[in-house]
Amino acid sequence: MNAELGQEHAAEPVLEARDLVKHFPVQRGIVFKRTVGHVQAVDGVDLELHAGKTLGVVGESGCGKSTLAKLLVGLEPPTSGSINLLGQEIGNLPQRKIRPHRRDIQLVFQDPYTSLNPRMTVGDIVAEPFAIHPGVVPKDKVTAEVKELLDLVGLSPDHVNRYPHQFSGGQRQRIGIARALALRPQILVCDEPVSALDVSIQGQVINLLERLRDELGLAYVFIAHDLSVVRHIADEVAVMYLGKIVERGTAAEIYDHPRHPYTQALLSAVPVPDPELRGRREEIILQGDVPSPINPPSGCRFRTRCWKATERCAEEVPSLDVGDNGTRPPVSHHHPNQPEGSTHPTACFYAEEKDVTHAVK
Amino acid sequence: MAENLRIIGDTLPGVDMNAPLLEVEDLRVEFKIRGKRVPAVRGANFSLETGRTLAIVGESGSGKSVTSQAVMGILDSPPGYITGGAVRLHGVDILKQDEDTKRGIRSNHIGMVFQDALSALNPLWSVGFQIGELFRVHRGSSRKDAKKRAGELLDLVGIPDAKNRIGHYPHQFSGGMRQRVMIAMALALEPEILIADEPTTALDVTVQAQIMRLLKEIQEERSMGLILITHDLGVVADVADDVAVMYAGQIMEQASIHDVFKRPANPYTKALLRAIPRVDTLGQELEVIRGLPPNPASLPGGCSFHPRCWAAEEKCSVEEPPWASVAEEHRSRCHFAEEVYRNER
Repeated sequence: MNAELGQEHAAEPVLEARDLVKHFPVQRGIVFKRTVGHVQAVDGVDLELHAGKTLGVVGESGCGKSTLAKLLVGLEPPTSGSINLLGQEIGNLPQRKIRPHRRDIQLVFQDPYTSLNPRMTVGDIVAEPFAIHPGVVPKDKVTAEVKELLDLVGLSPDHVNRYPHQFSGGQRQRIGIARALALRPQILVCDEPVSALDVSIQGQVINLLERLRDELGLAYVFIAHDLSVVRHIADEVAVMYLGKIVERGTAAEIYDHPRHPYTQALLSAVPVPDPELRGRREEIILQGDVPSPINPPSGCRFRTRCWKATERCAEEVPSLDVGDNGTRPPVSHHHPNQPEGSTHPTACFYAEEKDVTHAVK
Repeated sequence: MAENLRIIGDTLPGVDMNAPLLEVEDLRVEFKIRGKRVPAVRGANFSLETGRTLAIVGESGSGKSVTSQAVMGILDSPPGYITGGAVRLHGVDILKQDEDTKRGIRSNHIGMVFQDALSALNPLWSVGFQIGELFRVHRGSSRKDAKKRAGELLDLVGIPDAKNRIGHYPHQFSGGMRQRVMIAMALALEPEILIADEPTTALDVTVQAQIMRLLKEIQEERSMGLILITHDLGVVADVADDVAVMYAGQIMEQASIHDVFKRPANPYTKALLRAIPRVDTLGQELEVIRGLPPNPASLPGGCSFHPRCWAAEEKCSVEEPPWASVAEEHRSRCHFAEEVYRNER
């Protein structure tokens, strides 16, 4: 990332991605398949995650958030780019060799209804990682370990013999978290972990994730489309649009001082649960839908929906450094209320702060 | 289709234009599942005036969608049965009407927008044909005429290049555009009431903002009554005039938008509002509602919320709380509504 952030955490990042690219070929034909294009799901993403921290990734459907999650845990091989996990390059390893590294990075899925095998008991589900990674826990200790894991996520250890359908959505998500924690990973990649849950249950799972992070020193990549949830849990936030990160900063920078037009539109579109703010916030209504990632717009990918777009946006691709104009003051993590004029990385030629979350009128 | 083709002039006999637009009184719905009767709605009361927006908020399984289906008259029966209460449109109880009249009431007086536009639209017919069908069946228009009016409607709901898109099929539209098609269909016969059941839940936030604005604009233009069913308190705060909070098949609280958010008189509403992550609670643990919503087949005795309530006392587990007023136009179902309202509890 940048030098200033590097000083903040003197330690090496636990997870680092550089120029990560994933293109899926689009094929036509039955016998003779020919590639007619590529879905540019993730296109040049850089990110860095430090121990004990949470990186939030936000964006709309189709922006490549979930593909990014799969790349990070090694479920999909990247087209190009590097992924560095605890000092080891795993981006271009063959699947067979990635497996031992998966112990350190685990995935929590969105849908607790389909990510658990209905024919397996909870005990078997949580114990399955031990069968795949023998040697982590001796065989005779597995049962005790499973019970401990269930206890850790707030489920009764007596429930090991129950099946997933006997649990509610929130409890199922806890089972998924217990399974992800079984191998004592250092990083959890959570792909929309609370999206399928009701508000009253959502809070319970978020509190659990926060408690586990603090107790076990975990680092999270927290992918979600719900911006208020991300604000609550994340230290840093990356905003994605059509496979690229368009803005990155601390949670306070992104939410209180958004600089990219897309971030501003996204924040403005999130309804705030306070009737006092109705009609008093800056309202940005974008036109149209997200363009197809098979044939993304040239230059800046947001330009087709952007009210600031000029000819330059169609010709040049703005990088994350472009919004800084080269003069970036040190960014502190300890002052959530940044002075005016935050200059965190923003991929826009015309980046300019705009308050969209508070009453301005 | 020919035998259904008739012109309905007055679809609602016995109209009293001085009565409220829509009045739901003690509506009860039960489901019969494997011989067991499971209550889904246990006495819902609310009313809607012309030009107002009523939001019905609740978690999944609270009965908000079933309530709207019962009002609309599209409850799947079996397994669902309306076992009591009245739904009065301009003073006429629509539950007591025969099937033909009910059919006329749907879409002529009440339009509905569903959550999942892809499964609510027929994939085999073009959207122009599906919208035009309303005019052909209910108004007896010719095919050509119906098609023309379908085009006008698509234009009204903001679909670009509407003339050329009426021949397109649902799968050729994006999620937001499909939802616009749904809204066009609901509006076709100029209903007085629009029921929107989670209209933006499946959409991204930037598209949600577009759709909510469209709904609001059309509502104001035609001064329709809008019933918005949602679980998103943010959307409610943005558009509603009045709010009804549902839990376990009952309305727990009903009041104006400001009262519900600023002075809730029910512990459930209070807990729900506190459970939303917000800026002033950053860095703190989120307040949660302990436990789970009850199973409708085995509801707890007394107040249905008492096992999860932070204010519950012994009384709550035995005695069902009354539906009582705490202030003008502000009702709550809680033994301690007054104290909660005054923030003494």
